[in-house]
Amino acid sequence: MKISRSPWLLHYDASSCNGCDIEVLASTTPRFDVERFGIINTGNPKHADIMVVTGGVNAQTKQVVRQLYSQMPDPKVVIAAGICACDGGIFKDCYNISGGVDTVIPVDVYVPGCAVRPEALIDGVVKALAILDEKREAMKNHATCEVHFDKA
Amino acid sequence: MEQEFRRVSRRTILSEVQSLEEEHYRLIQICATTVEDGYEILYTFGKGYDEVQVKIHTDEGEHVQSISRLFPPAWLYENEIHDLHGIAIDGITLDFRGGLYRTKEKAPFAHKEEKEGK
Amino acid sequence: MSSRSVIPFGPQHPVLPEPIHLDLVLEDEKVVEAVPSIGFVHRGLESLVTKKDFKEMVYVAERICGICSFGHGFGYCDAVEHIMDIEVTERANYLRTILFEMSRMHSHILWLGLMADAFGFESLFMDTWRIREKVLDMLEAATGGRVIFSILDVGGLRRDIPDDMLKSFLPVLDEIEKELAIDVKAFLNDSAVKSRLCGVGFLSAEQVEKLGCCGPFLRGSGVKRDSRKLGYAAYDDIDFEIITSDDCDTYGRTFVRAQEILQSISIIRQAIEKVPAGEVMVPVKGFPKGEHMTRIEQPRGEACYYVKANGTKFLERMRVRTPTFANIPALTETLQGCSLSDVPILVVAIDPCISCTER
Repeated sequence: MKISRSPWLLHYDASSCNGCDIEVLASTTPRFDVERFGIINTGNPKHADIMVVTGGVNAQTKQVVRQLYSQMPDPKVVIAAGICACDGGIFKDCYNISGGVDTVIPVDVYVPGCAVRPEALIDGVVKALAILDEKREAMKNHATCEVHFDKA
Repeated sequence: MEQEFRRVSRRTILSEVQSLEEEHYRLIQICATTVEDGYEILYTFGKGYDEVQVKIHTDEGEHVQSISRLFPPAWLYENEIHDLHGIAIDGITLDFRGGLYRTKEKAPFAHKEEKEGK
Repeated sequence: MSSRSVIPFGPQHPVLPEPIHLDLVLEDEKVVEAVPSIGFVHRGLESLVTKKDFKEMVYVAERICGICSFGHGFGYCDAVEHIMDIEVTERANYLRTILFEMSRMHSHILWLGLMADAFGFESLFMDTWRIREKVLDMLEAATGGRVIFSILDVGGLRRDIPDDMLKSFLPVLDEIEKELAIDVKAFLNDSAVKSRLCGVGFLSAEQVEKLGCCGPFLRGSGVKRDSRKLGYAAYDDIDFEIITSDDCDTYGRTFVRAQEILQSISIIRQAIEKVPAGEVMVPVKGFPKGEHMTRIEQPRGEACYYVKANGTKFLERMRVRTPTFANIPALTETLQGCSLSDVPILVVAIDPCISCTER
């Protein structure tokens, strides 16, 4: 498949155990090196095309995740990295976890794993790029890019 | 090796801790446990590689004296105990008044049925 | 007169891999007060004791943090084994020591990288992380996991590490030692790096004791204390000196961590040399009853595991006091009076592990 542009990535730890976070970081370093695809890990949501969220969300991070997502320019895709981000994982039953990231913002790609392996994550990013291209096409055709906010 | 958990009264904890402070012990940790008839608070002090465990018992709704004047880092543990177990602690040097842990559920480790009654 | 302003720092910040939030009270560029507020990654996993039995809690304990995962699993198992009077076999103790030291290596190397990133030396960050992958390869070969291993169980280890695999680690360790020496030289001798580290975040030996610090933060201020000397696992039979530094600043802390990586290599070599043959698991019968507090030396400092059990399969309480939690009072102390541009370095200097802290 072709990767047409150089997508930038925003990583946020919603309430992860760090395992997935270091794997996200590890995938940008020499062994796995997603940067060779032009992907750069940025800290600024306004620069980012792809949002990678690790960990399930709690009452505290809900607002932060929502805010970061709304600051990103369209088109954008969201990757839930690790099983906790997908549905809460082992911490599902904890009193302070309200579930996966998709309870707050729409998720395009789910990458399971505990912790997520860099290979899986890169695969997820590549999938996300295809979705990003689709969304870009849709925007070109004047279709509006939908943003869902579920019960605020 | 059997560990010794020395039980002292909630009222004498300050004097107990005072004597440890004079012997140059350091605070290792404070931990609260929810038990059937209230809460237990376990203080661990250390000197070199030795440790001393002191335990107090407190009933629901009772106030506990802070030891943060004697052991400065205690403010963090005591705020945590207040936020998670809902135990009132008096005289913390840096009192967050429930603002250290921002949890969805207030005092998640507190006794449930009594909380609902309130 | 200068005016005061408050800057919120975090939870999402380019330099922070993890969400911590600080309210920094500034007078021009100088920080006069720093107030932490935590809870962004608080999951409340200690409450899971009522839902998962004491054996399943091993998995939960390992997931307190993905970096010090092995240590958490070990501390928890050790506490339960004390309560149940289980004598772990010699071989399991040695293998645990080897895995523990490998975790320490990967954690410290990771920290060196994050520190390099914090002071803006990106190629150094990349190089340290490249070396770290070699440690992860060994861990993956031995346990099957890169960051979370789940090889520990109450009573020993879930699987044995064959002797020829242990032997095959030796050349890898040599290689890491050689490559790391170059990076460590950059950290400790490069004048640009030193200008960012020396004299930043000074805390005297009396101060760190009073503030209840632990780990490299303590030893970086010249206090000679390392809980590995308590002699759990196989540390009693292994020869190592506690590394300290009298610099009392961020440079001292960097020095201690860098040297500890090399020390871990030597500990692993000794352990591989001495590891006895035998079983790695003893059968566990019944349920724990009693209470115990275990203290171990995590990469970030001393961690305490308190377990209280009442004779059923569910524990009454599991509580973990993590090293970062103990170092937070010291962090707020070092932040007072520093300049705003040094805040990221000082935060990284305690090697913050927020998911440990908040659990």
